[in-house]
Amino acid sequence: MIHIEKLTKQFGALTAVDSLSLDVGEGEVFGFLGPNGAGKTTTVRMLTSLIGPTAGRATVNGLEIGRDDQAIRQTVGLLTETPGLYDRLSAEHNLTIFARLYGVGDVPDQVQKYLRMLGLWERRQDEAGSFSKGMRQKLAIARALLHEPEVLFLDEPTSGLDPEAAKLVRDFIGELKAEGRTIFLCTHNLDEADRLCSRIGIFKTRLITVDTPANLRQKLYGRTVVFHVKQLLPDWVGAVRALPFVRSAEAADSRLVVGLDDPETHNPDILRQLVAAGADVQFVGELRHSLEDIYLQFIEKAGQP
Amino acid sequence: MNRIQTIVEKEWAEVFKNRIVLFTVAFLPILFTALPLIILYTTRGAASAGDSADLPPSFAKACGSITSGECMQIFLVNQFMILFMMMPLIIPVAIASYSIVGEKATRSLEPLLATPITTPELLAGKSLAAAVPAILATWVGFVVFVIGVPFVGGGPALITSILGSVWLTAIFVVGPLMAVMAVNFAIMVSSRVNDPRAAEQISAVVVVPILGLMFGQIAGVIVLNVQLMMLTALALAIIDVGLIYLGARLFQRETILTKWK
Ligand SMILES: Nc1ncnc2c1ncn2[C@@H]1O[C@H](COP(=O)(O)OP(=O)(O)O)[C@@H](O)[C@H]1O
Ligand SMILES: [Mg+2]
Repeated sequence: MIHIEKLTKQFGALTAVDSLSLDVGEGEVFGFLGPNGAGKTTTVRMLTSLIGPTAGRATVNGLEIGRDDQAIRQTVGLLTETPGLYDRLSAEHNLTIFARLYGVGDVPDQVQKYLRMLGLWERRQDEAGSFSKGMRQKLAIARALLHEPEVLFLDEPTSGLDPEAAKLVRDFIGELKAEGRTIFLCTHNLDEADRLCSRIGIFKTRLITVDTPANLRQKLYGRTVVFHVKQLLPDWVGAVRALPFVRSAEAADSRLVVGLDDPETHNPDILRQLVAAGADVQFVGELRHSLEDIYLQFIEKAGQP
Repeated sequence: MNRIQTIVEKEWAEVFKNRIVLFTVAFLPILFTALPLIILYTTRGAASAGDSADLPPSFAKACGSITSGECMQIFLVNQFMILFMMMPLIIPVAIASYSIVGEKATRSLEPLLATPITTPELLAGKSLAAAVPAILATWVGFVVFVIGVPFVGGGPALITSILGSVWLTAIFVVGPLMAVMAVNFAIMVSSRVNDPRAAEQISAVVVVPILGLMFGQIAGVIVLNVQLMMLTALALAIIDVGLIYLGARLFQRETILTKWK
């Protein structure tokens, strides 16, 4: 759906995006993760034909940026970093303007559909300027969807929202995902990327790595299993550590934290060992590394020459 | 075409909710139309007893055979032609300044630029939204003025003069050309400035040549005749083409997003 080849953008001497190559498939929710100033917005602006690349090429839905710009704008939906609403106009009026600009068939119908879908129908007559941040963001999302775009670009959809509003927006993106829409999601919220995205690209001027959230975890840390044991004895830790398939074993209070590659196969062995040694095992669970750890590791590595 | 209309309607819906703009668009034409009528009314006695020796000789000569009192009236009223030419300069500047600086401040240009609207369509929409009310207001003001003149003591020679080719060229040719100039100038200034009032004030320099015309006429250096009007129109047309070209170059998607701060 999106095909990017060595896309580069320079602002004078500053390289904002450096030779980005990437493919995003149909129906995929792709997380584009990077710190402030990484070049996410610049990338999105190139892919939505708002600014031209310095070098490289990209196609969106088979349309070439720089050549089919008009058609691309008709095909993609863009949620800009700031909602950019007409504050003095009503929510309904805001959407009507854009529905007309996109040449939507039945304007009132389509406007109504999205006002209702985003829970803004009751407030449709109110000026957008009177809306809370969360409602403004929802109105901006509705605006990006009016023309039923093939690909949706969301530039930091939950940044600056309170947790409740952020959750509403996130849930809505989840619904769009369920509808099978292709979404390119820029964010620096890791939790959001983790929950919504099938693949994540970690990006800081250059693309550092791309993978599924689960694979990203495994790549860095292997996997970690925690055994909660009633009165953990130091001997048991040593015994587990001595097992050939165990990478590491540490005691933390009454928990035994074990690093290994294939817990599905080897957890029963460890468990058997512990029980045989007389341990009362209360719980066994997998410790999931937060994506944040992974992200910070990658960004840190990328910062080093 | 439909998209241009959408932009024009949107501009009007938004910008006329701004009190300063509304004040400029509504109050200015009323003031500039009422002022000449009031002055004509208050000076009607003086004008009939007027002394043509007070007039610039070049103007008195142009009056020809009509009475010196009427010549005085015509001279007086000709100063107000300038007011009617200022309307199509000031009103578009107010509308365009607030509309563009406003969009910059709320960052609403980016979603707009993300739609399939072409850049010329967007520019045309914004320009029309600013120029059309100005031109209409000028015309309506002029019609009211013409209708009002007999009621405030204007003689037939005065009315003939107002409906003569100098005035008609000023109102119906020079005026619209000035509105186009003002809009394009305001767009350029607005792209560099972040305060709508500042944009409006800087753009207001477009009235300076008009003031020059006015003082030139009072001093007797300039007589507003058809030749001068045609010359002005021609000069404006050339300036307009240049400004539209520059404005269109400045009003590019990438430039707006990356250079308009
Ligand atoms: N119009 C511009 N002119 C110059 N530099 C820019 C411009 N837009 C963005 N940049 C720079 O490019 C880099 C990437 O910016 P941006 O794409 O906004 O990052 P992000 O969206 O990831 O926060 C930043 O260093 C920013 O300062
Ligand atoms: Mg950004």
